[in-house]
Amino acid sequence: MYPFNYHRPTSVRQASALLGKSEDARLLAGGHSLLPMMKQRLAQPSDLIDLGLVEGLRGIELKGRTLQIGAMMTHAEVAASDVVREAIPALAELVASIGDPHVRHRGTIGGSVANNDPNADYPAACLALEATIVTNRRRIDADEFFVDMFETALEPGEIITKIQFPVPRRAGYAKFRNPASRYPLVGVFLAKRGGTVRAAVTGAATCVFRCKEVEDALNARFAPKSLDGVTVPTDGLNSDMHAGADYRAHLIVVMAKRAASAA
Amino acid sequence: MPSITITVNGREVTSEVEPRTLLVEFLREQLRLTGTHVGCDTSQCGACVVHVGGRAVKSCTTLAVQCDQAEVTTIEGLARDGVLHPMQEAFREHHGLQCGYCTPGMIMAAVDIVNRHGMPDEKTVREELDGNLCRCTGYHNIVKAILAAAEKMQGAGQPIAAE
Ligand SMILES: Cc1cc2nc3c(=O)[nH]c(=O)nc-3n(C[C@H](O)[C@H](O)[C@H](O)COP(=O)(O)OP(=O)(O)OC[C@H]3O[C@@H](n4cnc5c(N)ncnc54)[C@H](O)[C@@H]3O)c2cc1C
Ligand code: FES
Ligand code: FES
Repeated sequence: MYPFNYHRPTSVRQASALLGKSEDARLLAGGHSLLPMMKQRLAQPSDLIDLGLVEGLRGIELKGRTLQIGAMMTHAEVAASDVVREAIPALAELVASIGDPHVRHRGTIGGSVANNDPNADYPAACLALEATIVTNRRRIDADEFFVDMFETALEPGEIITKIQFPVPRRAGYAKFRNPASRYPLVGVFLAKRGGTVRAAVTGAATCVFRCKEVEDALNARFAPKSLDGVTVPTDGLNSDMHAGADYRAHLIVVMAKRAASAA
Repeated sequence: MPSITITVNGREVTSEVEPRTLLVEFLREQLRLTGTHVGCDTSQCGACVVHVGGRAVKSCTTLAVQCDQAEVTTIEGLARDGVLHPMQEAFREHHGLQCGYCTPGMIMAAVDIVNRHGMPDEKTVREELDGNLCRCTGYHNIVKAILAAAEKMQGAGQPIAAE
């Protein structure tokens, strides 16, 4: 790992000011995406700004029909939360399936969403549930937030403070894990709210996306059977040593069926 | 260099560390607690698992500076007055190890599993070992050892955490 300067601010304002001071400064949340990258020397921040002691980034709350989760809540905390389990059980299950117990003890929702790894689980839930990503400056719809591989709508100096999820009528998540990395090779999150279904797919392309074919079929009737015979085009899907685009396209429909049965 | 104060196995240590020092490097190289191992550079194997604030974490993916003011327990902190912790004893009795390389991380993860689940069933133990790789045992005896230790730790009313 290359050397860096370490900062431990206690407020969002201080953290943002520190971020603005150097072009190569990065925030540090759970460190479970950033530190492995730094160890491989794939990232070389000049400064790390640890959010560990920053106030106002924690807590889980149900406000009316909106579930709100602080950016620094760990995967283990979210998965164990009764509030989350009752409001959006599919979300609690998704979070409980991220990585392994040790990863879940450190990794955070804010870090995962900000990182926008094309294989990460959280972005699928955010996109399907129409989440709002709240920062120190503004509110960003999930539709606008996830731009491309490891790229988001966040601007320099911007810090995610919380994520808000409208509570859906029904939701389900299913994924096929890459047997080596254990990240999803393909994951599908389905959410039905106010009569319309949104289907978000992770792992299959360079960025999480909504799958029209699955949504059309489930909008007719929300049941696994509605997906019989549905096919998804391979355009834009990844082909690599783990799976070809045609296999990923096939997995999208299979995972959508499983998610629909779970919902 | 920042100065940090960490309580390791009940003993408070204050030390200057370079920010890039990983917790595992601090434990092994500065404190000479070499029971905690490094088995990979991809954060996947779990040989480095220790407890920070009572929770199992990968010390190869945690900076020492992030643990300032925290309580850390390593494999060296489990035995009491020369008597093995029930989990260590169970690994010995049930042949839960062969080369032993994964064992410190495996045992720290196992104690964490029992802390969180009380008396887990076999399926839960297997799932919860997702973050710990063993190249020797095939896991079977590790699972047996954890189940046996969990029972002892419940039954005897033993303090389940070393913390
Ligand atoms: C072995 C292993 C297995 C894993 N398996 C999975 C898996 O199956 N599924 C999955 O989804 N993930 C998986 N992960 C990733 C894990 O969930 C990460 O913890 C997560 O993606 C990043 O969260 P973090 O808190 O660790 O962020 P960090 O690594 O600290 O930060 C990641 C990025 O986000 C930025 N950032 C952090 N917080 C904020 C904020 N509040 N505002 C703005 N920017 C911020 C940082 O600057 C950095 O660029 C795995 C990780 C490991 C090591
Ligand atoms: S050394 Fe392999 S996970 Fe830490
Ligand atoms: S006993 Fe050899 S790696 Fe587990």
